[in-house]
Amino acid sequence: MTLAQIRLIVAAVVACIIAAPLVLNPFSITLLNYIGIYALAAIGLALLTGVGGIVSFGQAAFVGIAAYSTAWVTALNGYSPWLGLALAVVLTCSVAAILGLVTLRLQGHFLSLSTVAWGLAIAFLFGNIEGLGEHNGISGIPPISIGPVALVESWQIYFLIWAIVGAVLLLCYNLLDSRIGRAMRALRGGNTLVESLGISAFRIRLVTFVIAAFLGALSGWLYAHLGRFVSPGPFDASMGIEYLMMAMVGGSGSILGGVVGAAIVTLLKNSVQDYLPLIAKGASGQLEIVAFSALFILFLQRARQGIVPFFSGFLPGLKMSRPQTAAPLPRREQPAPGTLLLKVSGAQRRFGGLVAVNNVSFEVRSGEILGLIGPNGAGKTTMFNLLTGALRTNSGEIKFADRSITHDPQFRIARSGISRTFQHVKLRPHMTLLDNVLLGTYSRTTTGLLAGALRLNHAEEASARYEALRQLERVGLADKPFELAGNLPLGNQRVLEIARALAADPTLLVLDEPAAGLRRQEKQKLAELLRSLRADHLTILLVEHDMEFVMSLVDRIVVLDFGSKLCEGGPAAIRSDARVQEAYLGGVA
Amino acid sequence: MTADIAAILAIDGIATGAVYALVAIGTVLIFTVTRVIFIPFGDIAAFTALTLAALDARQLPGTVGLVVVLACMACVMELASLARAGELRAAPKAVLGYLVLPLLAVGIVWLVMRISPPMPIRIVLALLLILPIAPLLDRIVFRPIADASVLLLLTVSVALHFALVGLGLLFFGPEGVRTEPLTSLALDIGDVHVPGQTVLILTAALVFSGLLFLFFDFTLLGKALRATALNRTGARLMGIRPARAGTIAYLLGSLMAGVSGILIAPVNTIFYDSGFLLGLKAFVGAIIGGMISYPGAALGAFGVGILESFASFQSSTLKDVIVFSLLIPVLLWRSLASQHSEEEVEE
Repeated sequence: MTLAQIRLIVAAVVACIIAAPLVLNPFSITLLNYIGIYALAAIGLALLTGVGGIVSFGQAAFVGIAAYSTAWVTALNGYSPWLGLALAVVLTCSVAAILGLVTLRLQGHFLSLSTVAWGLAIAFLFGNIEGLGEHNGISGIPPISIGPVALVESWQIYFLIWAIVGAVLLLCYNLLDSRIGRAMRALRGGNTLVESLGISAFRIRLVTFVIAAFLGALSGWLYAHLGRFVSPGPFDASMGIEYLMMAMVGGSGSILGGVVGAAIVTLLKNSVQDYLPLIAKGASGQLEIVAFSALFILFLQRARQGIVPFFSGFLPGLKMSRPQTAAPLPRREQPAPGTLLLKVSGAQRRFGGLVAVNNVSFEVRSGEILGLIGPNGAGKTTMFNLLTGALRTNSGEIKFADRSITHDPQFRIARSGISRTFQHVKLRPHMTLLDNVLLGTYSRTTTGLLAGALRLNHAEEASARYEALRQLERVGLADKPFELAGNLPLGNQRVLEIARALAADPTLLVLDEPAAGLRRQEKQKLAELLRSLRADHLTILLVEHDMEFVMSLVDRIVVLDFGSKLCEGGPAAIRSDARVQEAYLGGVA
Repeated sequence: MTADIAAILAIDGIATGAVYALVAIGTVLIFTVTRVIFIPFGDIAAFTALTLAALDARQLPGTVGLVVVLACMACVMELASLARAGELRAAPKAVLGYLVLPLLAVGIVWLVMRISPPMPIRIVLALLLILPIAPLLDRIVFRPIADASVLLLLTVSVALHFALVGLGLLFFGPEGVRTEPLTSLALDIGDVHVPGQTVLILTAALVFSGLLFLFFDFTLLGKALRATALNRTGARLMGIRPARAGTIAYLLGSLMAGVSGILIAPVNTIFYDSGFLLGLKAFVGAIIGGMISYPGAALGAFGVGILESFASFQSSTLKDVIVFSLLIPVLLWRSLASQHSEEEVEE
């Protein structure tokens, strides 16, 4: 599909939405209103859960905070709904920011459990605060007015709701295609990956979390002024899981999935309410929740990817144009060849009683390729993790470019000019090659959240895309920049990781077993690539098992054995060193 | 607050905590063996109380219908998956395990109820009816996705809880129940009056956790369960079937939850949806224990019970808010304490 075709489809859909009140009866319009309102909350959750990988059971609580805020401002204090919106957004986002600051460092299911906890706590609050009508709720909420027109009829607020949904969709799509959005899409690849790109995973999580809460706030504000009444019920734990269901059924990685999911769940709920009484008289209320939960479980068992991704699989892919030549991104000043770049002195790391790295010291000088080798269990990977900040040293110091990085978090080490690749390739398989490499440019670009969502970043985005293409060319993968990374063979995936690392314009490139699992020709090509990078004055540190590969490539070698440095020197010297031979081959009997 | 009131609150809290502890231990057991965070244990406890109340009233409890429906579903699913794998030879065994045994439990209850049995027998019958539920749910809901991530299993578990609440209303109706007290004895320590029920709850909690401890340390089956918990693949290579280990874990967990339901029923009025809060609070206790340690979970559950007791004295409306807010610092501490060697990365 071309961009023009997509625009045509979007225009047709927008026309249908605008024309809907002319043809549909008021009941259907009310239904559409609720779909739109739920869609906003579900889009937020699709961002948080689908894109960011944070499963939240607490979205309903955010919707509730906003609904109660605006109810308090308007019904109890008589101010304008627009003031209600301001308070709703500020309060919801502040609560989200505080909760996020406290909980977003939690791992995996601990984080999701915390959303259950605060979701419940907030839901209980609504029913128990005297000023908020306790379990009776707050009634008499005025309608929203735009100028002199009060949006009383359901078709009037319909346009406001769907205008907001449309704007949110557009902004979210823009955002996901921008610098911050790509970082959000990388979150599911794990902290180590994200931080290795110079991105603070915690900050991006927090941003995603607050955006989700903001969309929940919009939803809650509209909800309060559509129904003109709020009570604790619609914001409790079961609604939290219903939002999750909407996001996941629609296809939780997809923004449009939020709308589709909200529509399906709302319509389904509506028809269940219509037909269940026919099957079981008098028991429809409880059967409804049973039917819903059962459907959701069935869905999670059978079709986890969701509806939108399923159907978009049948659509022809979007034709994208190759990045055009643009102004280059600013480059780092590279140190003169031969200067001291990295200095490890007395590094030690213990795991309980095991000393994995014991008092290891070595240096890397600018412009060289240094190999870090050793038999299995020698502490190579631990040393590597200490260098990149994935692990902390127990004692000793690591200095990079005359600055101690011993206590820096991973993303700061990455930003100071150390780019890495992974032994077990960490790419975003569902992102294109170009997008994967664009992730590498994160630390060299500055576009913020709003600029990305409003597309105010043309020049920088063009430069970043051009840079990414240039790096793909440099490693020889530029022929299909829009291929999905997951479709590449392993050898090319490793090379793609190198392109991503290069896109950060590093001073030092650290490679973790780059030749592992590669075939002979792939290894030769990789060696050639690394030699060409050295010719471009890049400094490379590689941890490697494959002797032949290391010997033919590196300038110097550091040998580790049982956590300690055995020796260091040129390849020839290392090859003839008796201690090294003993470590690898065992002693001569 | 005087010392007397504090003592009363503490005793009350310990009793509640003991009930939570039983459910918490069951939760930890299931999590370690199957990686499922089984939120519905609270519902199992509430259903046991409702079952016992129905038996006390000489009625056939709604649990019978629930077990029959679940048994039929599980049996059909098992047969279908056997047919797909071309292993219909195992069909009789599947029918026996998933249909005949649960129906046998129902049959026994139906028969024994005709002779109006005394209280202890009724308790055994209630437990007998409740035991098949969790293993059947495991077969229907979790077995098809046994290898999914903890997060997905958690989502399914939360959805399952809501399904059970709906089923609870359907099978038990909206009325709350309070069963006959198990004992009318009481103990006076100094000025403090300790109801016999509290002593009974504590004793039961200690006895059942003790039995569990003995089971894990001194029986081959218990060791097999521990092996599955540590390493599923490794256990499988040693000839332990994780599915079977899961079933046993669910049975044991249900027993703990069922006992806690019977213990709490004379003290609190139990509704079809009372299980949620019970389960979640037990679960807070389990998390305090890091979801891996039984003594930790039990201690955590006692802590939650005591906190709840004192919180309800300060502000009865906000006690649940206080208990769940407590979970966040606990999670933080737990998350920092547990070093994840390998991140769970999802695609």
